[in-house]
Amino acid sequence: MTPGSAGSRPAQRSRGFRGIRWLLVRLGGAIFVLWAVATLTFFAIRLIPGDPAEAVLGGPGSQASQETLDQVRQDYGLDLPLAVQYLNALGRLLTGDLGTSYALKVPVSDLLGAQIGGTLVLAFTALCVAWLIALLLSVWSTGGGRVAAAVGQGIELTSAALPHFWLATVLIAIFSSTLGWLPPVSTATPAGLVLPTLTLAIPLAGFLAQVMRETLLDTLDAPFIVSARARGESERGIRLRHALRHASLPAISLSGWALGYLISGAVVVETIFARPGLGRTLLQAVTLRDVPIVTGVVLLVALVYIIMTVVTDAASRLADPRLRNAEAQP
Amino acid sequence: MSELDLRTAAASAAPVRRARPSVSEIFAMAFVLFLAVATVVPGLLSSIDPNAIAARDAFQGPSPEHWFGTDESGRDVYSRVIAGTSTSLLIGVSATVIGVTLGLILGVIAGFGGRILDFSVNRTIEVLFAFPGLLLALLVIVIAGPGPVTATIAVGLSTAPGYARIIRGQLAGIRSSGYVESARVLGHGPRRILTRHILPNALAPLMVLATLGIGQAVVWASALSYLGLGAQPPSAEWGAMLSAGRTYIGTAWWLTVFPGLMIVLTTIATTILGRSLTRRTAGRR
Repeated sequence: MTPGSAGSRPAQRSRGFRGIRWLLVRLGGAIFVLWAVATLTFFAIRLIPGDPAEAVLGGPGSQASQETLDQVRQDYGLDLPLAVQYLNALGRLLTGDLGTSYALKVPVSDLLGAQIGGTLVLAFTALCVAWLIALLLSVWSTGGGRVAAAVGQGIELTSAALPHFWLATVLIAIFSSTLGWLPPVSTATPAGLVLPTLTLAIPLAGFLAQVMRETLLDTLDAPFIVSARARGESERGIRLRHALRHASLPAISLSGWALGYLISGAVVVETIFARPGLGRTLLQAVTLRDVPIVTGVVLLVALVYIIMTVVTDAASRLADPRLRNAEAQP
Repeated sequence: MSELDLRTAAASAAPVRRARPSVSEIFAMAFVLFLAVATVVPGLLSSIDPNAIAARDAFQGPSPEHWFGTDESGRDVYSRVIAGTSTSLLIGVSATVIGVTLGLILGVIAGFGGRILDFSVNRTIEVLFAFPGLLLALLVIVIAGPGPVTATIAVGLSTAPGYARIIRGQLAGIRSSGYVESARVLGHGPRRILTRHILPNALAPLMVLATLGIGQAVVWASALSYLGLGAQPPSAEWGAMLSAGRTYIGTAWWLTVFPGLMIVLTTIATTILGRSLTRRTAGRR
């Protein structure tokens, strides 16, 4: 809270430089987190009881001979000292090589490369739909008197409490089994995307709408709204042009978290709707204890999540000048 | 102490509409009471044996005898839902306790361990946040193998970073507050300040946080059971019941709808209670 009058002129001049410096620091932090995630995963996986070479050959029941075990150890680099294995794994990661699947014997990066598209399409569609629902709901519930507020809050609370796996089964029971409008299995057609998207979007919309309603209510008392009212702008104009833009800021910065939430939800949703994607692959790999695929998906999701948080932070900075000016003060 | 009470009472004296519970709060408390009875004395709510198999009665819809219908072996879904309450809640509550305890440990280390520890705990939390949602839980299950105990620990671990971040923030707020400052000026040692002033004041928000978290933990744990990684189908745990009923979704909707409804209502009830606790302990609005 020191008066920044003395430093304001140089700060003004170096705004572009400050932006670049902010980005570099942020990217450095992101690379650190990614490295830590990779390291943590690498060593956590070593805690799995049993011989990884046996796991490659299908578990302790496979009765593999000593030669085959040795051969597998050599192929997968399991005979090397741990430190060497770790450095090898990191080196391979830098080139995008995530190792070879135990069960399927194919490169993990090829496998995941084929799956990530479907999951990202699903997650981004769900994010947009959730945003739309949250916007409509929060504008309606803050503008329609006490009944609308109570009903709106009830809807938010209920939809935020709906677990994906239950919502999915109920939607299938209603729209596929009873009405027969939509396929219960997610096909490549747009109709097949509807139920999985709704399953992911409705609970998220509940969360986002709660956040947006609260900021919207706070914003409607802000001085700039009062002055807009004093200028004679219509209540709807104020709501849409001033307050809503302001109220979406916290929800924008939540989008990074939301995308992670959606990808995690995709594990359940893709399994129920038999939709190919990262989530279903991950669940199958967890069940089979296919370690390279599990670590591959975890790293990939962490990468997407980290990129997304940097992007949303940058977006909030661009949209809200107060964030940029806040760090100009020492 | 009493003077402070008087002053805050005076400040909030204007709209004295104190402690009259709203409709939603009454619903939430009634439902929690129902859950408590179902956990402690399930026999009070249902007289039918949850595991009694009657092949002739398989797949009956909801009726006066079987409120929630019967499953593929003719077992009564209502009494199974009641019987599953204790398992589901035990998993959810234990996971929350694990998460909050770990979060508290991390938060206290960050808040009182000096700058280096604060920095490293913060980075750790940031790293753990990069395993969103169930991802950390799935990683734990790959390492330790599936089962109800692992699922509980897995859910607890994956909620810990969120708690740690909130607790750290709260502790920082308390540490820079006036009463801690004056305790320091009076010459009290750091341990005394921590145990007598900071932790008691951090406890109320922590209880609120835990209440809010139980619903989330129940959802995640039953999601793991649903995926076949937590409690396994013969058990009457809600997620496992949903998973078993999934095969018959086209013909017997009651097998999945009712156990899921219990999860939803539990989450709603804990959220309502957590929020009203927040409002009451924080003393605003």
